[in-house]
Amino acid sequence: MPLFAFIAIDKRQLLTLTGEHLWLVGISMFLAVALGVPMGILLSRRRGLRAVVLGANNIVQTIPSLALFGLLLPVPWLGARADRLAILALTLYALLPVVRNTYAGIAGVDPPVREAAVGMGLTPWQLLWHVELPLASNVIVAGIRTATVITVGVATIAAAIGAGGLGEFIFRGLAMVDNSVILAGAVPAALLALGADLLLGLIQRTLVRTHH
Amino acid sequence: MSDPSGPAIEFVNVHYRIDGKHSLISNLNLSVLRGEALMLLGRSGSGKTTTLKLINRLLAPSEGEVRVDGRSTTEWDVIRLRRHIGYSIQEAGLFPHYTVQENVALVPKLEGWEPARISSRVQEVLQLVGLPFHQFSSRYPDQLSGGQRQRVGLARALAADPPILLMDEPFGALDPMTRAELQHEFMELQKRLRKTVVFVTHDVAEALMLGNRIALMDSGALKGIFTGAEFFRSSDTAVKPYIDAFQAMQQTLKAGD
Repeated sequence: MPLFAFIAIDKRQLLTLTGEHLWLVGISMFLAVALGVPMGILLSRRRGLRAVVLGANNIVQTIPSLALFGLLLPVPWLGARADRLAILALTLYALLPVVRNTYAGIAGVDPPVREAAVGMGLTPWQLLWHVELPLASNVIVAGIRTATVITVGVATIAAAIGAGGLGEFIFRGLAMVDNSVILAGAVPAALLALGADLLLGLIQRTLVRTHH
Repeated sequence: MSDPSGPAIEFVNVHYRIDGKHSLISNLNLSVLRGEALMLLGRSGSGKTTTLKLINRLLAPSEGEVRVDGRSTTEWDVIRLRRHIGYSIQEAGLFPHYTVQENVALVPKLEGWEPARISSRVQEVLQLVGLPFHQFSSRYPDQLSGGQRQRVGLARALAADPPILLMDEPFGALDPMTRAELQHEFMELQKRLRKTVVFVTHDVAEALMLGNRIALMDSGALKGIFTGAEFFRSSDTAVKPYIDAFQAMQQTLKAGD
């Protein structure tokens, strides 16, 4: 009941913060996919880079999110606006599952299939476009799905540096020692994560079906 | 440049080594004549598949030259070279996300053929390998039997009508009945199409049945080239085990009568 009461009062703010949250997650995921898929493809071509790139990504993952936000704060152009900084940090977190799954999906293409394709005279780009990416798409979307769920959760921390989002309610609730305020941020964030997971799961199943 | 009377494929002093030392092919000299089916016969690890891959430049020789239509494979545009050569492998290597029709149509499509020409060609080659178009065209590879997949693989290799066909144990993974059926159909097909075929097999009976000549390989070296009759007359120590195996098989068959 207290939760309901809070929402009744601050419906507008809830909508604003949810919008900010979606914006942070959406832009970060867009960047993570735009960077991560090509990085994964590059790794499948230059396997020597694999240890370096996946290693660097792994290290980023081990930095606690709050610390990463704090560490990036003094960086000149970034620190000027909290949302820039939050988007960069979230993108870095989302990158690993996208890169790793893109690489794994391409590496997982059956060797005779790849050999036949190369032997038939497909160029490297044709191999990628007609064979590797379609066959890896299911694994790639699975990586995007994992990354999105993580990002929805980590994005609540962005409020700590003033980048907004549903974390505002959580941090305010912590300060006020008021669970209902914490829940007003946590419950919508959890629902967003669930919704994104369902939506991407649906896309994944469609891909499996069209690829048989 | 391309001498129509010369051999379709020529190996001139070809060596192939991995990492510059471990030798897989040593000093190979071999000519494949136009329109013949040359069988590369040998045990696993004898260098048959490596030899095949040197033809469509999936591998490049460490030393010497492989010539296709008189031109070294390293001078060819590699994509043009490969589209000039059909390639059919064991397990077929079909694209699992493409239907039979899409698998067969891919190279003609990449070659920029008109859609009408592609679809009539797909029908034609599927007919050629004994798969009625209306029944199979929209199936996916996982809806086919092993023999049917192999047929589609062959149809795909023939789709753009390449003059040369490389076949790497195409019938190796099939059950004996299906294999016999496909071998028979391959012979019929070859009588009509007269492609230059290089066919890898470890099965001496298959080599004798399908080939105009047999190139016997052992430990990365060519032991000799024989017609079927020459193969049986040969006193070569490398040939003997194959003749023994073949005769033992015939004895067994006779004993079963």
